[in-house]
Amino acid sequence: MMNLDLIFPEIYLALSIMFLLMIGVFKKDSENLVYNLSIITLIVLLALVINLFSINETFVFNESYKIDTLSSFMKALTIVSAIFVMISSFIYLKTLKILKVEYSILILSSILGMMVMISSNDLIVFYLGLELQSLALYVLASFDRDNILSSESGLKYFVLSALSSGLLLYGCSLVYGFSNSTNFTYIANSSLNMEYGIIFGLVFIIVGLAFKISAVPFHMWAPDVYEGSPTAVTLFFAALPKVAALTVFIRFLYTPFVNLIDQWQTILVFISIASMLFGAIAAIGQINLKRLIAYSSIGHMGYALAGLASGTNQGIQSSVTYITIYLIMTLAFFSCLFMLRKKNVFYEKIEDLSGLSNNHPILSIALLIILFSLAGIPPLAGFFAKFYIFMAVIEQSMYFLAIVGLLSTVVAAFYYLRLIKIIYFDKPQEKFEIDHNFGLKITLAITTGILALYFIYPGILSEIVSKIIII
Amino acid sequence: MNFPILSSLILLPAIGALFILFGRSSSNYNGAKYISLFISLANFVLSIYLWFLFDSTNSSFQFVEEKIWLQGFINYKVGIDGISILFIVLTTFITPLCIISVNSTIKNKLKHFLVTILFMETMMIGVFCSLDLVIFYLFFEAGLIPMFLIIGIWGGERRVYSAFKFFLYTLLGSVLMLVAIISIYWITGTTDVIELYQLGIDAKYQNLLWLAFFSSFAVKTPMWPVHTWLPDAHVEAPTAGSVLLAAILLKMAGYGFIRFSIGLFPIASEHFVPLIFTLSLIAIIYTSFVALMQEDMKKLIAYSSVAHMGFVTMGIFTMTPQGIEGSIFQMISHGIISAALFLCVGVVYERMHTREINKYGGIVSVMPRYAVVFMIFTLGALGLPGTTGFIGEFLILLGTFKVNFTVATIASLGVILGAAYMLWLYRRIVFGEITNTEVKKLVDLNKSEMIILTALAFVSIMFGFYPDPLLSTTSASVEGLIELFNTNIKIYTASNL
Repeated sequence: MMNLDLIFPEIYLALSIMFLLMIGVFKKDSENLVYNLSIITLIVLLALVINLFSINETFVFNESYKIDTLSSFMKALTIVSAIFVMISSFIYLKTLKILKVEYSILILSSILGMMVMISSNDLIVFYLGLELQSLALYVLASFDRDNILSSESGLKYFVLSALSSGLLLYGCSLVYGFSNSTNFTYIANSSLNMEYGIIFGLVFIIVGLAFKISAVPFHMWAPDVYEGSPTAVTLFFAALPKVAALTVFIRFLYTPFVNLIDQWQTILVFISIASMLFGAIAAIGQINLKRLIAYSSIGHMGYALAGLASGTNQGIQSSVTYITIYLIMTLAFFSCLFMLRKKNVFYEKIEDLSGLSNNHPILSIALLIILFSLAGIPPLAGFFAKFYIFMAVIEQSMYFLAIVGLLSTVVAAFYYLRLIKIIYFDKPQEKFEIDHNFGLKITLAITTGILALYFIYPGILSEIVSKIIII
Repeated sequence: MNFPILSSLILLPAIGALFILFGRSSSNYNGAKYISLFISLANFVLSIYLWFLFDSTNSSFQFVEEKIWLQGFINYKVGIDGISILFIVLTTFITPLCIISVNSTIKNKLKHFLVTILFMETMMIGVFCSLDLVIFYLFFEAGLIPMFLIIGIWGGERRVYSAFKFFLYTLLGSVLMLVAIISIYWITGTTDVIELYQLGIDAKYQNLLWLAFFSSFAVKTPMWPVHTWLPDAHVEAPTAGSVLLAAILLKMAGYGFIRFSIGLFPIASEHFVPLIFTLSLIAIIYTSFVALMQEDMKKLIAYSSVAHMGFVTMGIFTMTPQGIEGSIFQMISHGIISAALFLCVGVVYERMHTREINKYGGIVSVMPRYAVVFMIFTLGALGLPGTTGFIGEFLILLGTFKVNFTVATIASLGVILGAAYMLWLYRRIVFGEITNTEVKKLVDLNKSEMIILTALAFVSIMFGFYPDPLLSTTSASVEGLIELFNTNIKIYTASNL
C-alpha cells in the first residue's frame, strides 16, 4: 500500500483547484470569492505541509517521489510566499481590472506544479511538474491581455521557455539513454562510469535549469518579461519559480550527478560569477523599477548558485538561506511598488520615487531598509544571506569566487544607493495615495520587520535550515 | 559584575532613536532634541562610570559579556581593555556636543537627523567594544548607513557625489576584510578575539590576511593614496557630520590597527612596517603641503586630519609603548581638537555661508571670544606644549626615534609644516584688515556654541597639562599587547632558525 498521506498536500491542492474551478464556472461574479477561498486553501495547505516536517527521507510511487526536509521546507516557503503575494496584490489586480476567476486557479495550479517539481525524484515526474508550472506562468504573464507589453512578455516567455524545456528534455533523454533509468537514485549509480552521454545530458539539463532561474548567460527573457507582466505577476515570477528551480538544481546536482561534481562545479562557478557581475553592472543603467529588480534578481541568483557550487551541505544550506531571505526582500520591495498608486495608476519608473521621503516618511524608511538589505549591508538580513554563502565558499578555498562575489556587491551597492539617493536627496513630487488595504500593509510590515530585526537572533532560520542534509 | 553595562551603552542610543522615530512626544522639534540630548548625556555619564569602575592595572579584557548568537559559529561578545575604554568615552563625549550644535545648523528634518546621529553612536560604541571579528565587522559596516544619510540628506551642494564616494570607497575596502574574517574562521575555528590572541594564526597566512585588513583600515584611516574621499566627505557634510567623521569614525581604523593588525598578525605587522612608515611619511609631508594650498577652510582641516592620522599609523607600527600610547593619545586629542575646529568653521559658516578663506579676515575685532577659542584649538592642532596635541605627537616621535632615526627626522618636519598651515589659516581668518563688509555684521558666539567650545577647550588643556589619567588607563593594556607581540616574534624567529 502506498503512503498516500505523504502526498496528501498535493492531492488536497489538486482537488481544491477543481472545486474552485467549479465554483468559478457555475457561480456568476465569483472572482472575489474564489480569490479568498484560494488564500484559505493555501493556508490549510501550509498546515498540511508543515505537518510533514518531521518526516525523514521517504520515497513514494516506486521511488519517483521524495519527501524530505528539503522538500518540506521549500514547499512551505513557496506556499508562505504565495499567500503573501496574494494578500498584497489584491488591490492592484482590482485596479487593473484583471482579477478573474482564472487568475487564482492559475496561481494554484502553478503552485501544484512547483510542489511536484520540488519533491520529484524521477525525470518524468520532474518534467510533469515543470510543465504544469510553466504553462500556468505563460498565461499569467499575458494576463493583462489588452496591454501590448503584457501580451509580448507572455509570448516571449512562452517561446524562450519552451526552447529551454526542449533543451532540458533532450538532456533528460540523453541521461536516460546512457543510464537506462529515469530514477535519480539509479542514475547516480550509473553516472559513476562517467559516460560522455551522461555528461552531455548534464550540461543540457543545467542550461535548461539556468534558463528557469534566469542565470547568465540564459537570462535574456527576464528583464522584458518582468517589465511587461502586470506587477502582481512579476512579483510571482520573481519569487516562486526561483524556489522550485533552485530546489531542482539541488536535487539534480546532488542526487543523480553527485559523482560528476568535478564536471559541474566549473560550470556552476562560471554561471555564478557571470550572473553576479552581469546583474550588478547591467542594473546601473535601468530606469524602470521592475527591470531593475529583474537584473538585481539575476545577480541574487548568482549568489545562490555560488553556494551550490561549493559542493557541501553547508553550501546547500547557505543557498536555501539565501533564497529565503531573497524572497522576503522581493516581497517587501514589491509591496512598496504596490503602494506607488495615484488616481488608479501604478507608477514604476525610478524617477517616480523622487523625494518620496518628504511625503511618505514611513514608506521611505521601509524602502531604505529593503534597499540596504538587497545591497547586503550589515546588520540587515541581506548581509547574513551573503555571509552564509561566503562562509561556505571560502571553506572550500574558492577565493576567486568569493572575491568576485564581494566586489560585485560593491558595484551592485551603487544602484541601490542611487535609488536611496532619489528617495531621500531629490526634490519631492505629488503625493501618492495612502489608502492601502490591510493585506498590503501587513505584508510590508512583516517582511521589513524581518529584514531589519533579523540580526537579533539569526539562529532561528539557520537552525531549521541546518536540518537539510543532502550528502 | 552582572549588570550588562557595555550592552547598555551600545543599545541605549538605538532605543532612544527608535523612541524618537516612533514616539508621539517627539513630533515637535524641541521634544526630539531634548530626548536625544538626554539619552546621549545619560550614555556619557554611564561611560564615565564605566571608566571609574575600570581597573587600569589589569591588562586583560574586562566587563566581558558573551551570548550565543549564531549557534555553533559566532557568539556575541563584548568587552573592553585600556585601549578601547578611552574611545568609548570620546564617543559618548562628542555625541551630545554634536546634538547641541545642531541647534542652528540643521534646518529641515531635524528629527531624522537626531535619529541617525544616535544610531551612529550605537555603531561606533559597538565597534570599540566588540571582541568578535564578525560582530566588529557588523558594527564597522553598519556605521556606513547613517553616515551616508547624514552627508547625503543634510550636506552641501555636491553632497550626492561625496556621499557615494564615501560609501563605495569604504565598502570596497571592507569587503576584503570580510573575506579575511571568514578565512580566519576556517583556519582557526573561531572568530573570538581573546581566543585568537592565545591561539595565534599560522605565519604562512598572516601576510595576506594582514593586507586584507589593511585595505579596509587604510581607506578608513585614511592613508595616502586612498584618502581622497575624506576631503570631499568633510566639505559636504553638515557640521555635526564632519565632527563625528573626524572625531570618531577615523579612529575606528586606528583602533583596528592596534587591536587586530598588531594583535592578530604580529609577524605580518613586523613584515609590513616599511610600507606603513612610507605611506605615513607621505601622508604627513604631502598632505601638509596640500593643506597649505587650500582655499576652503574645511578642506584644509580635512587634509590636516590626514596628516595627523599619518602620525598615528606611524606611532602604532613602531611597536613601542611610547609609540602606541602616543598614537592612542593623539587619536583622542585629534578627536577633540578636530571636532572643535570643524565646529569653529561651522560657527562662521552659519553666519557667512561661505567657507572660502579669502572672504574672511579681521574677525578678531567683531568676534573676540571666537578668536580666543579658535586660537586655543589652532595651537592644539599644531601641537603646542600645554595642549593634548603636543603630548601625542611628542610620544609618537619619541617612539619612532627609538626605532628609525630617519623616519622620525622626516616626520618632525611635518610638525613644522603643520604649524605653518594652521597659523596661516588663523592669520588669514582672524587677523588682518576687514575687506569683506559682511564680516562687520558678524555676531559673536552664542550660548550653546560657547558651551560646546569651552567644554572641548577645557578637556584639551586639562589633559594637555595633566595627561596621566589617559596614559595610565592605557599603559597596562598597551604593554600587554607589546608583550604578546614580542613573544610571537620570538617564537617565530626561533622556529625559523
